[in-house]
Amino acid sequence: MANTTAMCTSFKGELLTGTHNFTPSTGNTFKAALYFATGSLGAATTVYSTTNEVTNTSGTGYTAGGVTVTNANAPATSGTTAYWTPSASFSWSALTVTTAFDAVLIYNSSASNKAVSVHNFGSQTVTAGTFTLTMPTNDATTGLLRIA
Amino acid sequence: MITTTKGEIHESLLEKREGQVDTDTETTEWVEYWFEGELVHRSVHVKLKHAALADGAASSF
Repeated sequence: MANTTAMCTSFKGELLTGTHNFTPSTGNTFKAALYFATGSLGAATTVYSTTNEVTNTSGTGYTAGGVTVTNANAPATSGTTAYWTPSASFSWSALTVTTAFDAVLIYNSSASNKAVSVHNFGSQTVTAGTFTLTMPTNDATTGLLRIA
Repeated sequence: MITTTKGEIHESLLEKREGQVDTDTETTEWVEYWFEGELVHRSVHVKLKHAALADGAASSF
């Protein structure tokens, strides 16, 4: 198995029931958690889980559950596409993880940790360093979440 | 000073290695510091280019 970039199918259904609110300040709290390359996250992921979540090889740079997503970007539309992107990078410092990790799960910690999306990247390790995941441009072409 | 597995070490005492990988979906930059043949620091910066897309559809009557 492998981690695969996908908008979680359960999330698509939950959009129709108004489960998630991406409005800045007054909306839900979203979090971003890292996963080892041995995971199998993807479209079928429905909720945050500690299974295959990154753990520290040493030190305390990574905390289970990940980091809170900074959200200053209101969901927007352009043409026939709706889009949303976190307004800041995800970053972990003083981190040592020597087992390869290659995915981040975005989930809604205000809604029973329901999964939003999985984003796969090349396998990485970090040693006494910093891991930073910079968001794409927030527009209808490259936004982190796009509904066309 | 660089934070390493052996504590803070002056950069001049370390061997620095850097690299970049560019794919369709991301650009990854990494920097490593080695001390006496041992990796003592590695930081990574992944820049996502684009991500998840869901296609919406409405059936016609």
